Amino acid sequence: MSPWLIVIIVGIGTYLTRLSFIGILGKAGVPSYIERPLKLVAPAVLAAIAIPQLVAPADVVDFSLGNLRLLAGLVAIAVAWKARSIGSTIVAGMTALWILQWLF
Amino acid sequence: MPSEEERVALAKDRFVEGVKAVSPILFGVAPFGLIVGVTIAAGDVDNWVGWSTSWLVFAGAAQIALIELLNSEALAVVAIATPLVINLRHAMYSAAMAPPFSQLSSLDRLWLPYLLTDQAFAISASRYEPDSDPTTVKYFYLGTGVTLWVAWQIVTMVGIVVGAQLPAAWSLDFTIALVFLGLLVPAVASRPALVAAVVGGVVAVLSLELPNGTGIIAASVAGVAAGSIADWRLSR
Repeated sequence: MSPWLIVIIVGIGTYLTRLSFIGILGKAGVPSYIERPLKLVAPAVLAAIAIPQLVAPADVVDFSLGNLRLLAGLVAIAVAWKARSIGSTIVAGMTALWILQWLF
Repeated sequence: MPSEEERVALAKDRFVEGVKAVSPILFGVAPFGLIVGVTIAAGDVDNWVGWSTSWLVFAGAAQIALIELLNSEALAVVAIATPLVINLRHAMYSAAMAPPFSQLSSLDRLWLPYLLTDQAFAISASRYEPDSDPTTVKYFYLGTGVTLWVAWQIVTMVGIVVGAQLPAAWSLDFTIALVFLGLLVPAVASRPALVAAVVGGVVAVLSLELPNGTGIIAASVAGVAAGSIADWRLSR
């Protein structure tokens, strides 16, 4: 399938996701059996993407101290917890990784 | 009933208010957009196809995942499903915005959701009050949404231009993991959310052997299922 077609399909699908409840619902609100699982999508998906990049940067699980990305990632998690901003998380994580790479 | 001039003046005020409210957030959005551009420039996918995701998809995390899947020539169904799963959270925003938006015209309700991003949602939802008038609802949201849209098109383009010249020794690809961590940590706002994140992360690591990208989908489903069970048990 051509990359253009894939991008367009993802674009339409994303738009329809954004439209979903705004398009069909009035003031009534969303039933809780839909809303509650929806709230869990973000943590599940984001962890599924982020955690392997820390734990297995070269596609092999590596819990040793030589895994600098895991160490820098832990620093980033601590900063993200305190600062709650993507900007400072990136700065803290990259700074930690560069210092670790320079040291070891 | 306010006159036409009064409504136009209010609309302008609310739009400017939205632009001002979103401005500080641009400092966090800009690096993220640059990284999306750098990711596009670093891969084999045509830069125009890559950049078009900025206005066709307009959601950074999903754009990065999509670009990486296109670069690794993953199965088309995986390249389509993974970013859509990542973007499922927008349904949650749509649900939260549906009550205030119910006052707007059908046309507005059709096109305004195109601008519904993490940041536009976070800022607008915190600004709205139960009795917000339709002009405030529409134009404050437009002020945030349009600002973010214009900034996003520019910074992702800059990222593509600059990105081609960055050395690999800088390990800038690590910023992708950091973006997702920066989104993940605030999303873990309850115990069921923590369960969903832990199970999602563990299953993703265990399914690294699965064909490219399918592990993320399996992990997401497992995470939401486990989190829902935790939610159900905790709320009994």
